[in-house]
Amino acid sequence: MNFLATLRVALNALRVNKLRSALTMLGIIIGVAAVIVMIAVGSGAQAKVEDQIRSLGSNLIIVFSASATFTGARGGAGTLQTISEDDAYAIARELPDEIQAAAPGLRGTGQVVAGNANWSTVFYGVTPEYFEAREWAIAEGRAIEQAEVTSAAKVAVIGQTVAKSLFGDASPIDQVIRIRKVPLTVVGVLDRKGQNMSGQDQDDIILLPISTARKRVLGATALAKSRSVGSISVKVRQGADMKEAETKMRELLRQRHRLQPGQDDDFNVRNLSEILQTQEESSRVLAMLLAAVASVSLLVGGIGIMNIMLVSVTERTREIGLRMAVGARAKDILTQFLVEAVTLSLIGGVIGILLGVGGAYLVGELAGWRTQLSSASIVLAVGFAACVGVFFGFYPAKKASRLLPIEALRYE
Amino acid sequence: MAEPLIRTVSFVKEYVMGSNVVAALRGVSLSIAAGEFVAVMGPSGSGKSTFMNLLGCLDRPTSGEYWLGGEEVAHLSGDELALVRNRKIGFVFQHFNLLPRTSALDNVALPLLYSGVPAHERHALAEKRLAQVGLAERMDHQPSQLSGGQQQRVAIARALVNNPMLVLADEPTGALDSRTSVEIMALLQELNRSGLTVVLVTHERDIAEFAGRIVSFRDGHVIEDHVIEPHDAAAVLAKMAPVT
Ligand SMILES: Nc1ncnc2c1ncn2[C@@H]1O[C@H](COP(=O)(O)OP(=O)(O)OP(=O)(O)O)[C@@H](O)[C@H]1O
Ligand SMILES: [Mg+2]
Repeated sequence: MNFLATLRVALNALRVNKLRSALTMLGIIIGVAAVIVMIAVGSGAQAKVEDQIRSLGSNLIIVFSASATFTGARGGAGTLQTISEDDAYAIARELPDEIQAAAPGLRGTGQVVAGNANWSTVFYGVTPEYFEAREWAIAEGRAIEQAEVTSAAKVAVIGQTVAKSLFGDASPIDQVIRIRKVPLTVVGVLDRKGQNMSGQDQDDIILLPISTARKRVLGATALAKSRSVGSISVKVRQGADMKEAETKMRELLRQRHRLQPGQDDDFNVRNLSEILQTQEESSRVLAMLLAAVASVSLLVGGIGIMNIMLVSVTERTREIGLRMAVGARAKDILTQFLVEAVTLSLIGGVIGILLGVGGAYLVGELAGWRTQLSSASIVLAVGFAACVGVFFGFYPAKKASRLLPIEALRYE
Repeated sequence: MAEPLIRTVSFVKEYVMGSNVVAALRGVSLSIAAGEFVAVMGPSGSGKSTFMNLLGCLDRPTSGEYWLGGEEVAHLSGDELALVRNRKIGFVFQHFNLLPRTSALDNVALPLLYSGVPAHERHALAEKRLAQVGLAERMDHQPSQLSGGQQQRVAIARALVNNPMLVLADEPTGALDSRTSVEIMALLQELNRSGLTVVLVTHERDIAEFAGRIVSFRDGHVIEDHVIEPHDAAAVLAKMAPVT
């Protein structure tokens, strides 16, 4: 009996036993499709977090003044701040290979008034580098310029939330706002960033030249007299080693602050990418959870295949007995059953892939989740389902073909 | 005297069931010449089916020799036996054993599949045999769409399709009414007259009397072996009340 004839016999057997074929394929289809969808959702969530990390500046290190963080003082009126504007400039100057931008930030809070409207918010005295370090894009107008820092110009760039609260839908550009009675002209509006990881509104912010903040807004306080700042936002160059940059920066600051070996740092360094890595970790856990659920579906599909195959063993063993009684050799039987099992697995696998890919797309569209197909998961799922299908399709045939025809015919 | 078509020498078949050994055949030596029509009779459990299965190479004897057409077949390999079953023997089972959900034509063509006959010839041969058993109109019917007698005819057509030299039929009329039984016997008689060797098992004496020789079994032994003058099934059929 040649292969073509066997192929025809096998396909015929599949056609003749439509229900059995369909149920077997269903097991494969469910397993494969479930794995594809779940893995797609899982790795989509992971990719989303990775994107968030990128948007927040994955290479961001923030240096805090130790006293500011330890006492929890806000804006530091009256508190001694240990890092200065000059530290920021020194970092940028001394470590050009590692550091892309080092931006001092002088934080303050207060009421901001525009006409009748007023709003309580945070403001930061910054330099142009701040926009680069924190990856702030401008939605309207422009950013703060170096000349304005030099001249302590009365200008401000406001966040979306502030703009909305003070001016509604009107353009805030060239409008005047007052912080602590100091009038500032709005020259730009920041692009929307939304909430950060801890749920704070990042758009509720006003940026103004650091010199303006120091001399004009915080004028009366002790801070105004020094050059100290609350924080320095440092953007490490793409490709540079974060840890190394952090170490070098720390050494530089210790040296500048004349700290003796053994003496504690008088500043704190926080690597934001580390915090984000925790997030990434949790999304990875989610992905693994989904993968676990997917494997269970795969297993259930496999058990389904097994059930169908085992339930039909009696009928199939008799069929094998009959075929052998009319002259089929063991080899003919084995080839037929192998072709049957492989065909079912292939068709089921293909349908499963189509359904899985379609399902992942639908989930993405309907639930608005990000999904990301993974070829490894597809190969794995189809491989597993095919192995189960082929094994349980083939194994009973293998056993039956060793029997004498009369034994197979009488099998129950 | 020429070598008989079938010659069994001290056929013994024992079934081991746990610590028990059931002896189904206890030394059956029988010769059947080519062209004979033999009816095997005997009480239930006397070993008739066991004997037929051995003749049909569906089973292996515990001991003894089996010469088929001058060849010792009891010790052939599985694949060699498959070839013998395919080319030399047509087996008609008591319970038809047709493939379900498969047309009569495909059922009849099944043995041809395993003898490498090309597809178009398979169908032509199967059609010819189906026509011969009077089922030219029912080729596309599945077993479930056929009566018991029709299913048995399909099984007979399948047994004949590969031009065997021997047809073995285990109670082919067991499930049929008397008229259909006689029809089947008429068919077998006709085939026998054209040279085919036929061995059949039956419980009914009037069915056995259509054969030319009656062999009786009891407890795994042959206890009687007569040659008789067979009744003519076609004539009996003609005398029976016509179907209304
Ligand atoms: N597979 C088997 N395992 C164990 N014992 C068996 C097996 N097949 C047959 N036997 C025993 O062998 C003996 C002969 O059985 P066999 O089927 O040949 O009888 P039979 O003459 O065909 O009977 P019947 O007229 O009822 O069909 C019986 O006692 C039966 O129990
Ligand atoms: Mg019997």
